[in-house]
Amino acid sequence: MSSDKKPPMPESASGAGERPKKRSLLDRHVILEKNITLLSIFAFLVVTVGGIVQIAPLFWLENTIEDVEGMRPYTPLELTGRDIYIREGCYVCHSQMVRPMRDEVERYGHYSLAAESQYDHPFQWGSKRTGPDLARVGGRYSDEWHVDHLRDPQAVVPESVMPKYGYLEDRMIEPEYIEDRLWADRMVGVPYTDEMIENAAADFEAQIDPFGDVDGLFERYGENVNVRNFDGQAGISEADALIAYLQMLGTLVDFSTFTPVASR
Amino acid sequence: MAKQPKDKNQEPETTGHEWDGIQEYNNPLPRWWVWIFYATIIWGIWYTIAYPAWPMIQDATSGYKGWSTRANVEQAIQEHEAANAEINEKLTSVELASISEDPELMAYSRSAGEAVFETWCAQCHGSGAAGAKGYPNLLDNAWLWGGSMEAIHTTVKHGIRNEEDPDARYSQMPAFGDILDEQQIDQVVNYVMSMSGEPRDAEAAAAGEEVFVNNCAACHMEDGTGDQFQGAPNLTDAIWLYGGDYETLTETVTNSRFGVMPPWDERLSDAEIRAVSAYVHQLGGGQ
Repeated sequence: MSSDKKPPMPESASGAGERPKKRSLLDRHVILEKNITLLSIFAFLVVTVGGIVQIAPLFWLENTIEDVEGMRPYTPLELTGRDIYIREGCYVCHSQMVRPMRDEVERYGHYSLAAESQYDHPFQWGSKRTGPDLARVGGRYSDEWHVDHLRDPQAVVPESVMPKYGYLEDRMIEPEYIEDRLWADRMVGVPYTDEMIENAAADFEAQIDPFGDVDGLFERYGENVNVRNFDGQAGISEADALIAYLQMLGTLVDFSTFTPVASR
Repeated sequence: MAKQPKDKNQEPETTGHEWDGIQEYNNPLPRWWVWIFYATIIWGIWYTIAYPAWPMIQDATSGYKGWSTRANVEQAIQEHEAANAEINEKLTSVELASISEDPELMAYSRSAGEAVFETWCAQCHGSGAAGAKGYPNLLDNAWLWGGSMEAIHTTVKHGIRNEEDPDARYSQMPAFGDILDEQQIDQVVNYVMSMSGEPRDAEAAAAGEEVFVNNCAACHMEDGTGDQFQGAPNLTDAIWLYGGDYETLTETVTNSRFGVMPPWDERLSDAEIRAVSAYVHQLGGGQ
């Protein structure tokens, strides 16, 4: 279309004519469109409103907060095992959330509650599973099975595609920075007491020795703590910590006495 | 959305913007699109009324349909249980030993029990129930704690040597590394090998009999046939849980073994435990 054939443009649109005196709100929008800083500020404000409406109510609404009996912070050894779990990337294949569906409940046990990951930083939920969900793996297998399975998964589950983690048994660990580790979790809201942090190194070592002094550990973390030599060999290895963590997953809430409210 | 002239000869209205001689038609949005747009807005409003949505001061609106994930899964489980209620009721009310005589219960147990087995038991005992080193084979006639329906049922229900269940089956072989010297262990290992095959050293095997009678016979019996009441394995049948070669037996005698099985009555219903017991019982080794 050549320019001489087209009809004359309306004067208001060409910018040559006189604009209407009263500018509408939409006309003012051009100010934002032409100023990148102003646009950024207003875009931020809009996103903030959206965030407040969606996220903020979750912190006070009663039907999103559920206190569940039995939850306790991880013991120092379990917390270390959890760090190893994350370091090794276990979450890439294993989720930790039993979804509220019959097939999942049949296979893994009671569906997960939000409160069961309240001390998780970061949480281990997930939407992809190559291996099974581990939210309720605690107590499901013996310690020896875990040792065998970490060493050579195919020895016990031939159809498994899991890599071998036998080297965890050979890597000895010491609670050198465990107090700082607990303190870091306390910073983000895990209720570790001063006493727990002071005794972290002792509790770390106590959990591995059933014949040692475990009274303090039980006093601080409750009776629901597994105290065993998890990997069956002398010393505290990474396998000990990881198995201690795996063997408590999903075992803290007693579902024979606790019934979740249906409206949540 | 401006109305466009019907007359095709007339130029359509433009938005009035012009860049480098290019103008933009001010055509209306397609009618179907506009109506779908309005419909989604209306649907969106209905959705927030029907389902849980708006945050209030203490609670969020629960929606007039009363939808709840937890109620849904509860209902799905109940429907499933109701469908199986009759047969489960029958399965849990009859004598354990008589389950195998009832074709209906056996047909049910074979499929329901297999599902339970594949989900909860196969990781240790293998998906074909043939076991692995340290995890008993359930297909053969060798049983540590008994192969009758009652015995299998008790084992599944309470497990073995676990800390969770006070009724768990429990036995512990001492670590003879602390009790016997190396020569005695060598002798008794050779003697045990001679019970089902050839010892590595026939002379040591002969000397090992005395060691065996003094230290092992209380649980494994003088003839080595074991005692299911104590969970002491039969040593004469050439079926080995950990291995029957010299090295493995030396390790077993020196350090002992401590196989653990979890209790299942917290995780599985009584009907499920009976079904999986009957399934294991009919695999081949049931007594």
